[in-house]
Amino acid sequence: MTDYSVEALELNKSFGRRLIFNDLKFKFDKSGVYGISGPNGSGKSTLVKIIAGILGASKGKIVHKLNDQEIAEERLHDHIGFVSPYLVLYEEFSTYENLKLFAEIRGVKFNKERVDYLLNKFLLYKRKDDLLKTYSSGMKQRVKFIFALMHSPQLIILDEPTSNLDDEGKNSVYELVREEGQKNIVLIASNEKNDLELCNDIVYLEKYKN
Amino acid sequence: MNSKSYSLFLKDFKSELRTRYAINALAMFIIVAISVILFSVGNEKISASLTGGLFWVVIFFTAMSGLSRAFVSEEERGTALTLQLIAAPSTVFSGKLIFNIILVFAMNTVIAILYSAMFEAFVIQNFALFLTSFVFGNIGLAVSSTIIAAIIAKAGAKGTLYPVLSFPILLPLILTSVQLTLFAIDGISFERAKFELAIVVSYDVIMLTASYMLFDFIWKE
Repeated sequence: MTDYSVEALELNKSFGRRLIFNDLKFKFDKSGVYGISGPNGSGKSTLVKIIAGILGASKGKIVHKLNDQEIAEERLHDHIGFVSPYLVLYEEFSTYENLKLFAEIRGVKFNKERVDYLLNKFLLYKRKDDLLKTYSSGMKQRVKFIFALMHSPQLIILDEPTSNLDDEGKNSVYELVREEGQKNIVLIASNEKNDLELCNDIVYLEKYKN
Repeated sequence: MNSKSYSLFLKDFKSELRTRYAINALAMFIIVAISVILFSVGNEKISASLTGGLFWVVIFFTAMSGLSRAFVSEEERGTALTLQLIAAPSTVFSGKLIFNIILVFAMNTVIAILYSAMFEAFVIQNFALFLTSFVFGNIGLAVSSTIIAAIIAKAGAKGTLYPVLSFPILLPLILTSVQLTLFAIDGISFERAKFELAIVVSYDVIMLTASYMLFDFIWKE
């Protein structure tokens, strides 16, 4: 069980005159897998960016709480793991160098055991010292999962998590989502039927267009 | 500034050593700018006061050619999002600022050495005053360049916007630094230069404070 909760309070986002969603409300306060779904352009990526604190909402807000205490926006990155196709890691560094740098910049100890476990899980251990620019897009997508999970976050946000992955990679992701969903909140933004089948509850964004 | 900012600086430093994003641009610009001045001067004798002015012209344009890389390279490569996910805005700004301060000092030290070697008229009488104005001028230049780089990194025409936006912001600093350099060339004492020194120090403090206050809004989309 998690003591983490994330709640949307009358959330509204517009880009200029174009309304993305309006009066969006939800609360995820139990560990589990939750989904965000909607057609292309419905604002799935926009919503996950707002939840992660990367993008501001036009109205309303997202409240993150740990043990009933609201988490300050500048500390949010300590509690969130984020994976998306538009996330880019440093290609001039190896996977291991990237992960070490991220731990140092986050100000947390580099947990070698956990990183090695994740590298093995995503079948990247043998390539951990190779520069990221030598990786295929599927391998880069796997590294993003390690990046998202290495600091053991309480909220894991996955935007189109299985894009660029082969069947083996998809199975690793599904296994990991089930595992993390037991103890943390996992949020999946996707249109993929297989991704959404993992979810306990789904927010459909087309309902919030008025 | 804390260990997280220092780690971010180290990341940028290692990245720069591997990609040579800024170093090559700066080195080329220093050589080209000084060469152009040398060619245009030819055999003419130029006055000491003119060399003092041209010294800061070279510094300004060299800064414009390389200092925006701190943020522009993150935006162009798409890694700005990664930084947003691992660090607080103040950590990011501090890390980038440390990197730019070191880059500015290295760049301007090279310019000063080359300039002294190339121009006979560039003789500093009051070296302590020159060094003081050089240090505070460099800090001001690094702070302003860093925050302007953060602003223009999200814009479309980055290359044009950077010098255009920098010019009015850096103008008070450049004018005062030119004046202080002329004082140093003429051997004027600290006592007589204290008003100009106060302007440069105030500029640094104001820009640093304003930058930390503004950066949160600039950094978040």
